[in-house]
Amino acid sequence: MSSGEKYPFVLTRLDTAITWAQKNSLWPLGSGLACCAIEMIATAAARFDIARFGMELFRASPRQADLFIVAGTVTHKMAPIVRRLYEQMADPKWVVAMGNCAIDGGPFPTYAVLQGVDKIIPVDVHVAGCPPTPQGLLHGLLTLQEQIARSHPTQEILKPDARGSR
Amino acid sequence: MPEDLASRRELKAVQEAMAARFGPAVIETAFKLGELTFKIAKDELRPALEFLKSRLGLDTLDDIIGLDNSRSVPAGGKRFSVLYQLRRAPGPLRLRLAVDLAEDETVASAVPVFTSADWGEREIYDMLGIRFDGHPGLRRIYLSEDFAGHPLRKDFPLAGDDDGV
Repeated sequence: MSSGEKYPFVLTRLDTAITWAQKNSLWPLGSGLACCAIEMIATAAARFDIARFGMELFRASPRQADLFIVAGTVTHKMAPIVRRLYEQMADPKWVVAMGNCAIDGGPFPTYAVLQGVDKIIPVDVHVAGCPPTPQGLLHGLLTLQEQIARSHPTQEILKPDARGSR
Repeated sequence: MPEDLASRRELKAVQEAMAARFGPAVIETAFKLGELTFKIAKDELRPALEFLKSRLGLDTLDDIIGLDNSRSVPAGGKRFSVLYQLRRAPGPLRLRLAVDLAEDETVASAVPVFTSADWGEREIYDMLGIRFDGHPGLRRIYLSEDFAGHPLRKDFPLAGDDDGV
């Protein structure tokens, strides 16, 4: 590098740089539990196209995903599997509860259905609807991106105890 | 569809054969909506299924239905009913066997006669808690193994006994 030449550079907070990368390349777990999954698939497909927000890469393995869209009814029989999928995802990870069933059991206040997926895993964004429209899910995902942008991942690096308390 | 038994020659023959073979064990014979129903004594259920299958050619068990009649049965009556929906294939001949069971009674499994009874009986056990003697693996089929209670019983609260995990 010769002296006198000018090279552009950017100054930013590390948090901003990390969250900028995180929020714009969310990799969802390809999991559909009920009819909401159809709307989630529509959201991923050409017309609504979540590729615009950097999250088109639905992964078949929880170990490669960092966004869990719980799309549908969680039965008591399914609950341990949902919990296990969440635990298999590597940190950092986020959860969107899509639809009234995942939020609080929805139209099934019964013995067989878990009354809200937040009873077993932490939920970042709730998207209401039965099912939510693709626009609704996109709004939830943009809300999640805003949440990620406001988070402080460096705190988790500096203070390992803070991990998981996001 | 003719609404009287006399005009259904095949069903009439079945009814006469059942009456001749089982006599008073056929507690009640009803003909409603074109369908013949025998209410049969609990101990004669498996012989009746075998008889209908091997002698009268009703070779298909379409469905097994469990009922909790606790809201309609008079005091001292039997709480549960199990219905066996039989059919002669191919053809239009259908009939129903019914067994009434008290709360602590069990009934012989139909699996040795009709293999297709397997999952139906497991479903009834799962939902109503009726036990079938001689079933090859009577365990829950829909609900998880550790579920407490039988949810299609009329006294089971819809939301379950717990509302959490």
